[in-house]
Amino acid sequence: MTALRSDLAIIAREVRAHARILDVGCGDGLLMAALRDTKNVDARGMELNARDVATAVARGLSVVQGDADTDLADYPDGSFDYAILSQTLQTTKRPDLVLDHLVRIGRQAFVSFPNFAQWRMRLAHMFGGRMPVTEQLPHTWYDTPNIHHVTIDDFRSFLDERHIKIEGQWFLSGDKPRNERLANLLAEHAVFLLRRD
Amino acid sequence: MRVSVVSHETADMAFLMQNDTRFGLDKKTQLLGPVQLDSGVEFAPVDFAYETYGTLNADKSNAILICHALTGDQYVASNHPVTGKAGWWTRMVGPGKPIDPARHCIISINVLGSCMGSSGPASIDPATGAPYAMGFPVITIADMVRAQASLLDHLGIETLEAVVGGSMGGMQALSWAALYPERVRSAVIIASTARHSAQNIAFHEVGRQAIMADPRWNNGAYYGHEAPAAGLAVARMAAHITYLSEAGLTEKFGRRLQNRDAKSFGFDADFQVESYLRYQGLSFVDRFDANSYLYITRAMDYFDLAEPHDGVLAKAFAGTKTRFCLISFDSDWLYPTAESRRIVHALNAAGAAASFVELSSPFGHDAFLLDAPEMNRIVDGFLRAGESR
Repeated sequence: MTALRSDLAIIAREVRAHARILDVGCGDGLLMAALRDTKNVDARGMELNARDVATAVARGLSVVQGDADTDLADYPDGSFDYAILSQTLQTTKRPDLVLDHLVRIGRQAFVSFPNFAQWRMRLAHMFGGRMPVTEQLPHTWYDTPNIHHVTIDDFRSFLDERHIKIEGQWFLSGDKPRNERLANLLAEHAVFLLRRD
Repeated sequence: MRVSVVSHETADMAFLMQNDTRFGLDKKTQLLGPVQLDSGVEFAPVDFAYETYGTLNADKSNAILICHALTGDQYVASNHPVTGKAGWWTRMVGPGKPIDPARHCIISINVLGSCMGSSGPASIDPATGAPYAMGFPVITIADMVRAQASLLDHLGIETLEAVVGGSMGGMQALSWAALYPERVRSAVIIASTARHSAQNIAFHEVGRQAIMADPRWNNGAYYGHEAPAAGLAVARMAAHITYLSEAGLTEKFGRRLQNRDAKSFGFDADFQVESYLRYQGLSFVDRFDANSYLYITRAMDYFDLAEPHDGVLAKAFAGTKTRFCLISFDSDWLYPTAESRRIVHALNAAGAAASFVELSSPFGHDAFLLDAPEMNRIVDGFLRAGESR
């Protein structure tokens, strides 16, 4: 099996066995397949890209082609143990509404995103005077799918405003875990486990 | 030793099936019935024309029912007896295909109301000794499915690995899952809908009026006389346009003229597209009964799966354990993607295991009958995942 991206590996590790999960923006279903095979979960996915959906369905996964911005409303409250949004938040039109749906549909929600306040980003911006193009965010300003960049501190203050509880948080530099200290400056990626208060 | 026991059973089953006259090509049977119809009529006896490919396995877990579209038939993967043409879905069904007689026991049944051997308006009414004609009861998609279920009972098939259908076949697959959830493990619904829209009904009404405006139709009592071929051909021409896309027609015909260098300033088929439609209409009347066309289009127009559930489609699938796979095509304006999406939303709300993808094709509604490697890849993966569970 292909090794999971480091943020997905954290989610895969933390999910309870036999849970019901909804992976929003599931791509070709790598995380879902891993969770199905290792944790025996009942996994459902949503993905915008038709080719990725076809690959996921051909893998035997239940994936519907849909848009996180418009197609989450039909899922009933608390219909999944976990709703998962990995590396997708920053690509949505209304991340705030997507997050509301996520903590509504899932009893808990995993959200992972690239931290736009990581020091390399800050340097690129401050000294380069250009929109950062890095390994984790390799797109140029005009073709990036990431239309709502967010930092760890932004995200935390948003959760605070919305009364969403943090039940777990993990930070990554490259593939290496790092602690919470100065995460907003040092972490490239963040993974949060959330619950609606 | 277990292996040898299993292979013995399989061999036994294969032997039994070879000698079981209920299975095979071009089968006909009459069941006493009755089939309880939505109209309140108890219909009996019921004739069935059907085909099976492949062998039912020892635990009878590999049966796949293929449901055909409005003018389709049971000849999914064998030559049509009238036209001599290859089966209508050999791209999906056959050796090495997603639905494979080497792995599956494949059943296809001519729908109730049709004209290829199952009971329909052209069948003889045992009460009168004459064709039913318009005395045939008006039927629904659910009636077709109930009739199919009674034939599966006769074949000794309790549970289906899958029900698969495109267009009206997809409506039947949806109805199967809604009416007999415990008998359907997986359902594949391609280029279909959970209800006929006003536009769908409107196009069908044009076809029906064309048939009924043909003086030869004679209120349906044309058997033994000339059939209303002109009316039926026009009905087919109008419907055929809805099966294609504007881009597809443009690519295939554009404004090109048919076997001439200039416009005739008359009403011959000047344009290639006219000639093509006329041919489609004319060749159709050789293989289809006009009254069947009336009855089946009516059944489709009456189709609204949410109707018996207070208009809430999700309720039709409440608590279902059936797995669903839906596929739509972006150029299909007859049953557009929005209709598939509506079904998917209902399935999500019902908590069903559902997969859905919109595929890209220039060929409109007919795309599901044509070469679509991505469709085959999806159906194959979906079916295999169900088999490994």
